[in-house]
Amino acid sequence: MAHEETVYDALANAADDHGHWAFGTGFDDPLAGVDTTVPEGVDPADLGTYCLMLGDDALVLAQRLTQWVTASPELEEEVAVANVALDLLGQARLLLARAGSTGVLGRSRSQATDSIPDEDALAYFRDPDEFRNTGLVEAPGGDFGRTVVRLLVASTVRLALFARLRGSRDPVLAAIAAKGVHELTYHRDHAARWVLRLGDGTAESHRRAQEGVDAVWPLLADVLTPTDVEQRLVDAGVAVDPAGLREEVEGVLTTVLERATLTVPAWPAATAPRGRSGQHGPELAELVAEMQSLARQHPAATW
Amino acid sequence: MSQGDLTSEGGHGAVPTGPEVPVEPAPAKTRRDWPLYEVFVRGKRGINHVHVGSLHAPDDEMAVDAARDLYTRRNEGVSIWVVRAADITASSPDEKDPMFAPSGDKVYRHPTFYEIPENVPHM
Repeated sequence: MAHEETVYDALANAADDHGHWAFGTGFDDPLAGVDTTVPEGVDPADLGTYCLMLGDDALVLAQRLTQWVTASPELEEEVAVANVALDLLGQARLLLARAGSTGVLGRSRSQATDSIPDEDALAYFRDPDEFRNTGLVEAPGGDFGRTVVRLLVASTVRLALFARLRGSRDPVLAAIAAKGVHELTYHRDHAARWVLRLGDGTAESHRRAQEGVDAVWPLLADVLTPTDVEQRLVDAGVAVDPAGLREEVEGVLTTVLERATLTVPAWPAATAPRGRSGQHGPELAELVAEMQSLARQHPAATW
Repeated sequence: MSQGDLTSEGGHGAVPTGPEVPVEPAPAKTRRDWPLYEVFVRGKRGINHVHVGSLHAPDDEMAVDAARDLYTRRNEGVSIWVVRAADITASSPDEKDPMFAPSGDKVYRHPTFYEIPENVPHM
């Protein structure tokens, strides 16, 4: 009878067209059934490296957010932050699988056993110097104020990028971007809601939010300058030129910060890309060591 | 606890507490100052909103976010309502018999004594 149904019945009917798990119930090849042919005129090594860049941004930020689990100020927010991290981990998985499909595996393949899929080898058996994430995501999270400011900035940049990446000539990248746009829109909205409340909250929350803004803004210097790899892929119609994102990113961030009564710092001068070319601080090595410790101690473990 | 104490807290929302209702001892000090919200979710297939649980949130808008993250993580819903538990007026267990017993023997109120014409759909 209709009145006895619960919303959880949707789970029991997961096989129909409308109810389904986000990633299916199996965790096999994430690109199963997908044509992974590299578009004509595109260097597979470039495409794979670009997927590492975008995948590592998601993987590293997911790990930073996961560090809040069991330490969040409120239980409800802990689940919210973990959900964001899981979305990003899902994006990382697809992008690292795409990198693997182009043969870009670095030294990871030699450190992982054969039974470990490419994306896991890249995530858990790759050394920090082979990571291609920007400095924006690897910086320590700080307090909750800085965490939501960084999440706002990172998701604003990534949403602007993914929205454009939907038109990529690589159909796999375009599909990954189309899926990610919905997730990133929520991440940005959720982070913005917190920045508004902390900035326009108490004197203490305002102080902490402003400290977060002042700490995060300089990290933007490393984000919007294309590497040679990105530039070649932009010319080939595959990648998004990060320099072209500045107007949208600056506009969104300025709107949120002003409404939150926070002071918008000066936009940092662009520097040569550091993170995207493999230059990282010691904090990334620490993060990666923690993230990889289980997989490296127990290779191919299942549970 | 007095008869009129209706300040239940912690997962049951506006369910009244009273001498006969066992409650866990209150924690010595609560750091919670966020209000309790009750969450209602509508499933995909057009059924009515159903109560699924409760949560704490600083305000209405964040309560919707938290409800989304806590109660629709597995693709359960397409619509969320949240309402402050304090805004719900509930019937009291003390009045259970006067409230509900009188309808117990009035079987003729069920629509089972009528023949439904075949050309009336959705009955």
